[in-house]
Amino acid sequence: MQFHIRGGRLIDPRQGVDDELDVIVQDGRIARIGKGLATPTGALVCDARGKIIAPSFVDLHAHLREPGEEGKETIESGGAAAASGGFTTVCAMPNTQPPNDCRAITMLVKTRAHELGGVHVHPIGAITRGLAGEHLSDFGELKDAGVVALSDDGKCVMNARIMRRALEYGRTFDLPIVQHAEDHNLSHGGSMNEGATSTRAGIPGQPAEAEEVIVARDLILVEMTGARYHVAHASTARTVAMVRDAKARGLPVTCEVTPHHLVLTDEACAHYDTSTKMYPPLRTKNDTEALRAGLADGTIDAIATDHAPHSANAKNIEFDCAAFGVIGLETALPIALSLLPLERAIERLTWGPAHTFKLHAGTMPEGSCADLVVIDPSLEWVVTAEETQSKSKNSPFLGKTMRGRAVLTIAQGVALCDRMKVLP
Amino acid sequence: MKHLLGIEPLDKATIITLLDRADAIHEGQKPSDVLAGRTVVNLFMEASTCTCTSFEIAVKRLRADVVNVSEAFSSSKKGETLLDTSRNIDAMKPAVIVLRHGSSGSPAMIAKHVSAAVVNAGDGTHEHPTQALLDCGTIRRHKKRMDGVTVTIVGDILHSRVARSNIHALGKLGATVRVAGPRSLLPSGVEEMGALVYDRVEPALEGADVIMVLRLQHERMAGGYVPSLRDYSRFFGINAKNVRAAKHDAIVMHPGPINRGVELSSDVADGARSVILDQVAYGVSVRMAVLEKVAAK
Repeated sequence: MQFHIRGGRLIDPRQGVDDELDVIVQDGRIARIGKGLATPTGALVCDARGKIIAPSFVDLHAHLREPGEEGKETIESGGAAAASGGFTTVCAMPNTQPPNDCRAITMLVKTRAHELGGVHVHPIGAITRGLAGEHLSDFGELKDAGVVALSDDGKCVMNARIMRRALEYGRTFDLPIVQHAEDHNLSHGGSMNEGATSTRAGIPGQPAEAEEVIVARDLILVEMTGARYHVAHASTARTVAMVRDAKARGLPVTCEVTPHHLVLTDEACAHYDTSTKMYPPLRTKNDTEALRAGLADGTIDAIATDHAPHSANAKNIEFDCAAFGVIGLETALPIALSLLPLERAIERLTWGPAHTFKLHAGTMPEGSCADLVVIDPSLEWVVTAEETQSKSKNSPFLGKTMRGRAVLTIAQGVALCDRMKVLP
Repeated sequence: MKHLLGIEPLDKATIITLLDRADAIHEGQKPSDVLAGRTVVNLFMEASTCTCTSFEIAVKRLRADVVNVSEAFSSSKKGETLLDTSRNIDAMKPAVIVLRHGSSGSPAMIAKHVSAAVVNAGDGTHEHPTQALLDCGTIRRHKKRMDGVTVTIVGDILHSRVARSNIHALGKLGATVRVAGPRSLLPSGVEEMGALVYDRVEPALEGADVIMVLRLQHERMAGGYVPSLRDYSRFFGINAKNVRAAKHDAIVMHPGPINRGVELSSDVADGARSVILDQVAYGVSVRMAVLEKVAAK
């Protein structure tokens, strides 16, 4: 498939490009970028006037559920959701069934994604065997098999000695340790943020401090070990402040934030809507403001979706019994666009995350793999269960009107999402 | 009023109308026949003697049929969801479903899916609206007013739906509400609900017209909220000595069941200040008033 994407505004923050440029895609590569290019014979023409062309997005944090929980999502359906949202690189969290703590599971995920041939899926390996927090997984073997980072996401590495060893051994293999920062003793039994809203609703709360005490401890261990450390789904003002301080001191620390933590607060939980229940819980207005400021000033490197599909059965129940998590791949872009200047929004979805895990993605110089997205920044659309590509529909934004959408997503030279009807 | 899910959504006028009606019923006025021959299901997914019995008697005095479903005999033991249980019951066309459940928000959840009226008989640590109504009615009958009355709620505020409903109800009716307990049992941000917060009992009782004592669940020790019953009872229990800090005519209330000698000493529970049995008696009248109201066509 060949494409001539014509007349759009190309924004590639990594290359420092922001200009009206044509893009030619041939043989799965970005063949040419330039002004007023001629259409190669047989190329499909995409009229991108008034639209944005950008490297397609990179998600550092998604739960694709395969293997083991294919009823919620698969690599195929998760990939379709990603492409629909403008993402073509997705890092898959290891809390599958069984968890990805060994070469066999890593290979399974990579092979399946390779067979599908669209979205790039980079597995994240488990820090500890079985995510049990006790014995390190074989980091060397996992790195060899292709993991790009390590995480026990869904669970926190509670034991400080194990965390120290993970950082040390991870540094040896240059793998970032991605922490789900939650002191399980402090958060025990909580279903939402602890505060006036949880008190009023009578929902047991998790204090912000459950996240913060772990981030504080880990930053001390990072200072001790010099290892790469990444804070998954930062949710509180103090986490942002601690990461900002750590970066200022030159520590190898990075940080991500989810779209939902940027725009929703714990007040959304007051009516027991289980699509507002996730980990970490939605916090307060003060926290969302600090997260936005951290995202704007670069303290937070990346917007990551924490796309967490759950079946309706796990959500259409009492709030305190419902599963934690929301889907997010298809709604991340408009939320980013609503909060940041265009160039910066794109950076936090492309090079920001790619750089964090040292991925070959998030930028599109000539000769690179043809992963790109055409964005209509002013397109208004309504989030519906019917149009959602994910197998699961647990979005807190169902029924909401969004502004800005991917209208053409190309991965490895193949158009995976084509709202412009470029394909014949 | 289609449902009674909590006190928080009610306005002052609605609360007063309910209490006036409960008073009238309590004084012997004939209940309406709006529920006569119709069915009320008491769906009690959490253990309760007093509330369940009170609702059952209220239904019978309204000449309606009552079916009691308790958790032990419900299909939840077989894995049926609350929503399915509620829809199945609703398909049999009861006028009212009275729900007691351990999950906050569960009455609001089922109310969206059933055509029967839903009455919250206590949901998790959220609300227990009929308890607050009967408490307010009892206070009003004893104090002859609500405006300016000072009510001190003592004990496990954190886990108490009774405290939450009372903070809402008493506040709307013009009373001053104090909450008192160890810091570990005072929920974050409770002052934003309008309560004055105390961590010692004696200052909280100073000048109080009403002492509302809450039950201390034994599992709070395992959760580390309080070190022992002994320490709790010594520093937070209401007894003949500290009760004297309140006004000389202060009344003592308890939503039951009492842990005698833990949160309340027996001499006070059975003493002249205690209005605990008045609460229980008035509870039936309040529940009749509530059922009449939600069943009204």
